[in-house]
Amino acid sequence: MSVSQAAAQLSPNLTGADPTAPLLAVEDLRVEFRTRAGVAKAINGVSFEVNSRETLAILGESGCGKSVTAQAIMGIIDSPPGFITGGQIRYRGVDLLKRTREERRQIRANKIAMIFQDALSALNPVFTVGFQLTELFRKHRGMSRTDGKKRAIELLDLVRIPAARKRVNDFPHQFSGGMRQRVMIAIALALDPELLIADEPTTALDVTVQAQIMNLLAELQRERHMGMILITHDMGVVADVADRINIMYAGRIVEKAPVFDIYAKPSHPYTKALLESIPRVDLKGQQLNVIKGLPPSLIRVPAGCAFNPRCRYVQDVCKLDPPPPLFQVQPQISSACHFWKEVRGDD
Amino acid sequence: MSDTILGQTETIGPALSPEPPRERSASLWADARRDLIRNPTFVIASIYLLFVGSMAAFPKLWTRVHYRDCALTADNGLPNAKLPMFSPGHWLGTSEAGCDFWSLSVYGARPSMLIAVMSTFGIVIIGLPLGVLAGYFGGWLDAIISRLVDMVFALPFLLVGLVVLSIIKVTDPNLRIWTVTMFLVLLGWTTVARIMRGSVIAVKNLDFVMAAKSLGATHGRLMFRHILPNAIAPVFVIASVALGGFVATEATLTFLGVGLQAPATSWGIMISTHQPLIQDYPHLVLIPCTLLIGTVLSFVLIGDALRDALDPKLR
Repeated sequence: MSVSQAAAQLSPNLTGADPTAPLLAVEDLRVEFRTRAGVAKAINGVSFEVNSRETLAILGESGCGKSVTAQAIMGIIDSPPGFITGGQIRYRGVDLLKRTREERRQIRANKIAMIFQDALSALNPVFTVGFQLTELFRKHRGMSRTDGKKRAIELLDLVRIPAARKRVNDFPHQFSGGMRQRVMIAIALALDPELLIADEPTTALDVTVQAQIMNLLAELQRERHMGMILITHDMGVVADVADRINIMYAGRIVEKAPVFDIYAKPSHPYTKALLESIPRVDLKGQQLNVIKGLPPSLIRVPAGCAFNPRCRYVQDVCKLDPPPPLFQVQPQISSACHFWKEVRGDD
Repeated sequence: MSDTILGQTETIGPALSPEPPRERSASLWADARRDLIRNPTFVIASIYLLFVGSMAAFPKLWTRVHYRDCALTADNGLPNAKLPMFSPGHWLGTSEAGCDFWSLSVYGARPSMLIAVMSTFGIVIIGLPLGVLAGYFGGWLDAIISRLVDMVFALPFLLVGLVVLSIIKVTDPNLRIWTVTMFLVLLGWTTVARIMRGSVIAVKNLDFVMAAKSLGATHGRLMFRHILPNAIAPVFVIASVALGGFVATEATLTFLGVGLQAPATSWGIMISTHQPLIQDYPHLVLIPCTLLIGTVLSFVLIGDALRDALDPKLR
């Protein structure tokens, strides 16, 4: 593995980084999109932390700001129309938003990497996967073509692509969905990032392949001591892999809890409703408990708690600004609901 | 797409069976090449262009008579001008001035092809980078480039050609070719810029561009490594159609008297000098017309075939 050792040495260092600080800390992040229809507030003050060897799941339905959070961390929001209007994104104590464009570019892939939802469209169709990996090593690590190719085959082996030596010369469209997602993971891991953001990594796959990919991710994370942010809308995917869960709704985090507690005893009406809407075998033949209504348009978020039009526990205080803050429920659990006690059923 | 169906079976762990032999890595371009070779229109058009192209490049391959060896009366005293086709010694007859018509036609290919090829290179060299920049960066740069395109696009081609080329009085045949080329490039680059801009905008919003960005790719790299190869196909189509268009435009400008001028030869010159004789000697006009139309048609057909072969949506 001499090639990969040489690669690790060449990895650029971020000045001012404190190795003891949390791997990634997002604080009061705000992102808005200025469109013709108005200003869409995609993220309204999101805070969380991820450490090495830890998986944080961000869960929420479409359009709640999960992916925008990921893109803001990577620094790949198209601007205009997207603007980060406030907050901090601290990587090892360094606020990335204050760094130059070039420094941020260096951080991508080297420190923080991202996996996209649809691997077929996230791989460049006109180049072989081997070429795409090799280019990465050549540009970021200054490797020769031959060394880069060797390393590419190592990586494809690592993500368990059978016959990697042969398949390295294939184009993305020649891989099956699951294999393609493995290629994406290989590319994301190529430069040994400390943090991996997986944006719905299994949504485009069928269920059996989903499990394989999630296991692979979990295993690679353990081996490499990475931190991982798993973005998903699928409560089933999260259960096995995540350590902690943040539930997002309309650009805010409404509940934070360790994975077990979320399933056992949700503290926010939205989480509770989400759990109730999962189809269950023992309730066969009954009407599914869906959440009535639609998530709010981000251009016109309701006053107070954004969930109030769909909430079972709603009272007048919920319709007043400011929206409820995150109340500490237990040391590890917090909920942005005035009535978390009723939701939990505690007294 | 039999590949994807084959690839659908997920192999877990060590491969149980050896992989089935499959067609070697077919990229978009490799697929296109295979399609084109099987397309009879493309093959016929290519052969025709090879014929005309070799006339332009090596006229001596096709005729031993120089196009300026003209004589109004032959050695035996008989008239030599305006001979009909299949006369002894002149199988396409002779021109008004007693020149061998076949030789004129062969030598006439060079200026036409030269102007067409150089102009096409010119419009791609100017239009492609401008289109990529406008499409990729958007904003004020796009606004400036797009308005410039609109302005040039609004100029009436023939009218401006008549005015500008009649003002520029360059008579040296070689320099005249350059003058006409420059004019064609200056008015023609807008199509390429427009197409390229649109195509870049379509490609830059695809996921793999964002993925490349998230892997730390620079602007230049995104533009030229990731976007350009995926966005350039329409330019090949435009270019091949433009080649044909420029052959026709050169002939038009020459016919109107502002393009190339005698004593040079070109198909346009041949048409314009013999145009008064069309009733009595139709072949003197029809022969250069046929060559011209064949060339234009071949370029257009090749453009068509290229578009079919390169457009993945038609698969």
